[in-house]
Amino acid sequence: MAKLKQWRPNKRNSHMSTNLKVKVWRGGEQGSFASYDVPRQGSQTVLDVVTYIQRHLDPSLSYRFACRVGMCGSCAMTVNGVARWTCRTHVAKVAADGRLEIAPLSNLLVIKDLTTDMSEFFDKWARAKGQFNGKQTRHDDFARVDPNSRERIAANAGIECIGCGVCYASCDVVSWRADYLGPAALNRAWTLVNDVRDTQRAERLRAVAGDAGCHACHTQGSCSEHCPKQIEPTAGIAGLKYLAAKAAIWGEL
Amino acid sequence: MTSAVTQARLWYWQRISAMVLALCVLIHLAIMIYAVRGGLSAAEILGRTRGSLSFGAFYSVFVLACALHVPIGLATVADEWMGWRGPKVAVAAGFFGIAIVFMGLRAVYGVVAA
Ligand code: SF4
Ligand code: SF4
Ligand code: FES
Repeated sequence: MAKLKQWRPNKRNSHMSTNLKVKVWRGGEQGSFASYDVPRQGSQTVLDVVTYIQRHLDPSLSYRFACRVGMCGSCAMTVNGVARWTCRTHVAKVAADGRLEIAPLSNLLVIKDLTTDMSEFFDKWARAKGQFNGKQTRHDDFARVDPNSRERIAANAGIECIGCGVCYASCDVVSWRADYLGPAALNRAWTLVNDVRDTQRAERLRAVAGDAGCHACHTQGSCSEHCPKQIEPTAGIAGLKYLAAKAAIWGEL
Repeated sequence: MTSAVTQARLWYWQRISAMVLALCVLIHLAIMIYAVRGGLSAAEILGRTRGSLSFGAFYSVFVLACALHVPIGLATVADEWMGWRGPKVAVAAGFFGIAIVFMGLRAVYGVVAA
């Protein structure tokens, strides 16, 4: 990966009042970029820039955020062509030349400006059988899962996903075939397939196998490259392919 | 057969044929480097290959692995680039595989038996 140029104060930009040239997508599916000048601040995040525009330049700008600390996953946008959490992206890291282009996430319908319709994204989690289904009740004892077991380690690797959609927006296969479940839903399925308490393993494998499921993945790893949580959906998807092959051989698919 | 089962099977056939192909390519390169030392003529090649069972068997395996591997990959490309789905892409890929078997084995026959 190319090393990103860090923003450092120098003669030209040492005054924090230097303006950033910011282009922001305005409109819905059809629309265009509007330009704004935003004062440069120390430790400024891309979300700060968007917020500044809405508070000081154009109150009609729509965007989403909640936590501002990388917990909720609602602030993801396309920043200079790359899907990112805007709250955890410092301007210094992405706008070495003082220019920013902020667009809504790719592969999702645009509602307005920087807000996208995430329903298809989450419907795919449901289609990939992303719900846990156990057999124990509150009257049973706790399930004991060995933290060092292969399954637990595999599930751990994917469990911290916060559903931000960055991986989904970075996946070419999603843009080529709209029915592809995508990296996040498949990562979710992979964590559940490795949950030894879950009872729907066979059904889930059936739901995620096939050319709209794990088999469509090219294993190029764009999702893993961009996931801000360093999750590797690519590895989970490869695991699903392997389990699906085993299930097909034993007639369980 | 559901799409899930078909895709799962195609996946492992693609994997297995890829492993065979990787091995075949290495052996093929090694044979080439060995054979061309000090120049090579058509007569020399045919002199070595004619009647050679092991040569024929090796390149037949090579051809069959190609005939399995290539159509599966092409079917995916046709799906993604041209939106071909279902029976249409299966038939097209099948014909491509048969063409590879036919042309490949004919070439093997040409240098081994003809
Ligand atoms: S896998 Fe990573 S990039 Fe994808 S939705 Fe989860 S947290 Fe976001
Ligand atoms: S590795 Fe698979 S899921 Fe991830 S971006 Fe590539 S095609 Fe999409
Ligand atoms: S605002 Fe919550 S992750 Fe960015």
